Amino acid sequence: MSKKPVQKKEPETTGHEWDGIQEFNNPLPRWWVWVFYLTIIWGVWYSIAYPAWPLIKGATAGYLGYSTRAEVAAEIDRFAAMNGELEAQLASVELNTLEPGTDLHNYAIQSGRATFATFCSQCHGSGAAGNIGYPNLLDNDWLWGGTLEEIQYTLRHGIRSEDDDDTRYSEMPVFGDDYLSDEEIDQVTAYVMSLSPVTKPDADMSLVADGETVFADNCTACHMEDGTGDRSQGAPNLTDAIWLYGDTREEITQIIATGPFGVMPAWSGKLTDSQINAVSAYVHQLGGGE
Amino acid sequence: MGILDKHVVLEKNATLLMVGSLLVVAVGGIVEIAPLFYLENTIEDVEGMRPYSPLELEGRMVYVREGCYVCHSQMIRPMRDEVERYGHYSLAAESQYDHPFQWGSKRTGPDLARVGGRYSDEWHVDHLKDPQSVVPESVMPKYAFLANRLIEPTYIEDLMKANQIVGVPYTDEQMENAAADWLAQADPDSDYDGLLARYPKAQVRNFDGAPGVSEMDALIAYMQMLGTLVDFSTFTPDPSR
Repeated sequence: MSKKPVQKKEPETTGHEWDGIQEFNNPLPRWWVWVFYLTIIWGVWYSIAYPAWPLIKGATAGYLGYSTRAEVAAEIDRFAAMNGELEAQLASVELNTLEPGTDLHNYAIQSGRATFATFCSQCHGSGAAGNIGYPNLLDNDWLWGGTLEEIQYTLRHGIRSEDDDDTRYSEMPVFGDDYLSDEEIDQVTAYVMSLSPVTKPDADMSLVADGETVFADNCTACHMEDGTGDRSQGAPNLTDAIWLYGDTREEITQIIATGPFGVMPAWSGKLTDSQINAVSAYVHQLGGGE
Repeated sequence: MGILDKHVVLEKNATLLMVGSLLVVAVGGIVEIAPLFYLENTIEDVEGMRPYSPLELEGRMVYVREGCYVCHSQMIRPMRDEVERYGHYSLAAESQYDHPFQWGSKRTGPDLARVGGRYSDEWHVDHLKDPQSVVPESVMPKYAFLANRLIEPTYIEDLMKANQIVGVPYTDEQMENAAADWLAQADPDSDYDGLLARYPKAQVRNFDGAPGVSEMDALIAYMQMLGTLVDFSTFTPDPSR
């Protein structure tokens, strides 16, 4: 098979030659040239249609009137309109009248779950099981109350939140500073541990008796004489198996000595009324709601 | 000689080609960048913005030094999902005193532009010391050492001076009280009225709950003010931007 003889006009060269290799001077492909022209036309159109040219004070707004801010506002409005009816109901609903099984209740739980994941899970955990120092919301133990209204109040005003005047406030004294001696703290620790079913008090049970006196003198105003706590002051029940700051002797001694001061931010102003109601309903139905 | 032939001159002279390319790119740059310096709507005037207080500025230096920006952005983009998660989209004015700005585009962690007030100081301490203790799924490294590094306001005035040189409008009064304000903000027992007058909405607390001022105090002071200065309940966005 022989090659066909090439019958072509000798192409024009640039006149460059390196070791016998010459550089052609072919024109650009037509499609490339046309795409190039089209991009120029596109550029001109774009600068007319969209905000582009800087003038003395501002830039041209563009023929289409596009604005990122308007777009995001419209997008938010679109979603607000879709949920508008439920949102409005949720914002003003009496939480006690929220009937399980209704659309509003379903919406509240789902919306509450999303809001909880975004704003609350960092402290209370994504499953709401809490952490050392951050209460578990799944159990029946409530520091400040577990009814819908109480949860809602806590959410709105926070706990020991600096920027809310109606915040839930109490302060356990720093007993280690000058109220109690180390010995007394050891005694009261032993007594407190003897109250709970899960903690193992000191082998030296003699401390417990002395600890009871220390407890009676210093702790009963908030934790009550029987150690069951007082919700109006956020004072935890010490007779149950639930320990916010840990149940070992070291941890309890540490808490008595230094005084815990757990803070929860106030969410009114940061979250909408409907979001707060949704989270209240969501947290309430997690298991411990009263 | 046609225009195409003249082009050959450019193509055959490497230096000339480089100078020509530079000119073309420079035009693009000037058209895009220069107007931002004079257009009145580049940075809208937003009520509430103020330069960082000395302690916040110190915390910001810790933030930059530790490379927090590598994983955390500080710019909420104008999109519905971002606004729902992080709050109102960021405004140019909110980073007008940032040198350099911390916008970032990499989010291994969440955006921090409005992290202020979202969590308690204790949470920040727990979380910086051992992020996994509060967020088990987190991949953030531990920064417990910040709590052990006690700091003094020795160079705070120099730092503010440096910021002043690049355009942060610190007043003479603010400069004179730099070290005092720095100390006052981390000490709730101090006389901090002057600090609050000079830096409205500054938060005065012992941020890390431990004696002395540590880098932890400074960093939390900075984080707790992020995004808290502008009151968005009274802010109406100008739609023309």
